[in-house]
Amino acid sequence: MSVWTRIVGWAVLIFGLLYFFLPLSGLFEFSLKARRGVYSFDAYREVFADPQFQATFTYSVVMALVTIVIGILIVVPTAFWVRLKMPWARPYVEFLTLLPLVIPAIVVVFGYIRLYNTASWLPLTGSIFGTNTLLAFGYTILALPYMYRAVDTGLRTIDVATLTEAAQILGAGWFTILRRVILPNVVPAVLSGAFLTFAIVIGEFTLAALLDRPAFGPYLQRIGANKAYEPFALSVIAFTITWACLALIQFVSRFSKAAPARH
Amino acid sequence: MSFLVLDNLQKCFGAVQVVKNFNMAIEKGEFVSFLGPSGCGKTTVLRMIAGFETPSGGTISIDGRDQSRLKTNQRNIGMVFQAYALFPNMNVFDNVAFGLKVAGTPRAAIEARVKEMLALIRLEHLADRYPYQMSGGQQQRVALARALAPKPQLLLLDEPLSALDAKIRISLREEIRQIQRQLGITTVFVTHDQEEALSISDRIVVMNAGRADQIGTPSEIYNRPATRFVASFVGTLNMLDATVVDPAEHTVRVGNQVITLKETLVGKTAGEPIVLALRPEAGSLQGSGDTTLKGDVLSSSFLGSVIRTKISVAGNPVSFDTFNAPDLTMPRPGETVDLRFSSGDLLVVRD
Ligand SMILES: Nc1ncnc2c1ncn2[C@@H]1O[C@H](COP(=O)(O)OP(=O)(O)O)[C@@H](O)[C@H]1O
Ligand SMILES: [Mg+2]
Repeated sequence: MSVWTRIVGWAVLIFGLLYFFLPLSGLFEFSLKARRGVYSFDAYREVFADPQFQATFTYSVVMALVTIVIGILIVVPTAFWVRLKMPWARPYVEFLTLLPLVIPAIVVVFGYIRLYNTASWLPLTGSIFGTNTLLAFGYTILALPYMYRAVDTGLRTIDVATLTEAAQILGAGWFTILRRVILPNVVPAVLSGAFLTFAIVIGEFTLAALLDRPAFGPYLQRIGANKAYEPFALSVIAFTITWACLALIQFVSRFSKAAPARH
Repeated sequence: MSFLVLDNLQKCFGAVQVVKNFNMAIEKGEFVSFLGPSGCGKTTVLRMIAGFETPSGGTISIDGRDQSRLKTNQRNIGMVFQAYALFPNMNVFDNVAFGLKVAGTPRAAIEARVKEMLALIRLEHLADRYPYQMSGGQQQRVALARALAPKPQLLLLDEPLSALDAKIRISLREEIRQIQRQLGITTVFVTHDQEEALSISDRIVVMNAGRADQIGTPSEIYNRPATRFVASFVGTLNMLDATVVDPAEHTVRVGNQVITLKETLVGKTAGEPIVLALRPEAGSLQGSGDTTLKGDVLSSSFLGSVIRTKISVAGNPVSFDTFNAPDLTMPRPGETVDLRFSSGDLLVVRD
């Protein structure tokens, strides 16, 4: 490698890092300025003391986890079946999973409210549990493009057809094949889909606001509109916690026996 | 009643018929090879036995039981795949234990059986390894142990050795045969390698374009090929185009030389073209023999213990080997020589 390519490489890397971290550090610096003239963690104290913060953040984390589970249960068997039995359908399924990127969340949620309102045949919005369910499924739709792509890519790294046949001839049924053979082999892919799902759900505003659920996104928006320093502290906290969660998932997956390193 | 019976088996993929009128009866404990070139339908027959493909016609029965209503996971068959197909997320122990776990075998029994299987393939020390940490030969042995662990009634192997290098291929095929004998398990082995099939089988089915051309023991297949295809695919037989002169006298003409065959020419008429086959080790220049054909030497090569000579008999290239001797003079290209052999060595081959 020549000196020049090396220098250019470093320059690009440094530019990327600056591009990413400069706004963050500005954000952080401003969040420390709640007290005039000195840096302090006053804004953070305020945020942590707010019971609303704890409630909404917990709510969103739980919703994210539920969404991930629903996503896995829907996407893994679907992607598996399409690969195994209906390879001709792959482009169509892929197109279908990309629709949430094109259809705005607001359209989705109005559709939901029309379909599942208290006067409909399935009045999901009539109860809190029903609305939560609806929200989780809505989140699943939003995360679908990422989840499906990740899992489908993961399935490409194994010989799905032969492994399925090997399991069948050893007596396994479909459920066992999915749980014991397919899923463990796409764990890294499922996790990367899960990261994105997590990130989407934590910050999501539209669905939660219009379904009137106490999620973190609407809370963030409300604080942002009413306070000066706290929103910035909140952003830093949200960033940190999200990253910590992701790091934790990474850590767990690295050490879980289900996902041995591949060559 | 034979153990595995394939009765008039057919398989079409769309308009293409890839298996035609396949009949075969395999005895309990027998080791049978399906031998044929790539694309002749060996895998398809095997996959129908395993239940991965549904026959378009005909029946498969194992131990007198029709298999058509049974799904793959109800057939109790073991299978070894060309690409090993070990579960990458499981170590050797869990791979071998998979079939037993699925069957709900108690833990202690699983442990004992897996140990026994790993001892059989001499890989006890690798129980904790993952597939990617092992060589191809080791992986294929684990695949064999995995297939055998649930005590299947039938073992199917689809070109299990063709992804391995030559040396391992030979040692592993002997190992497979020895384990098969030890367990007495009925086995169907698919291969396109004639040497492999000849060396380990009780019987061989030579397949050609979806049909069984000949079924027989290795020596029958090698020494008495029934069709031109079998003759050319198995071994290095020489083919001679000939014309029947007098069916009653068993005389045929090769070019302008008339010879008498030992074999009868039932159903042939005078003037009909036929194909004769001669094994390379059956002919010689000096030896005895009741039949002689003249030919022009094309080439002669010294291979140490044998001399391989190629001559042209009325336009048919014929190779034959003679043992080396110190006083031997090698035939020179262009020379006309007498090829001697016993008339009994000349086979009449069907098309
Ligand atoms: N699923 C399938 N769909 C269409 N054609 C197939 C399928 N499987 C095999 N074939 C065709 O059937 C023929 C026999 O294939 P196969 O049994 O795999 O041959 P072999 O194992 O002897 O090499 C081949 O021409 C192959 O292309
Ligand atoms: Mg094949």
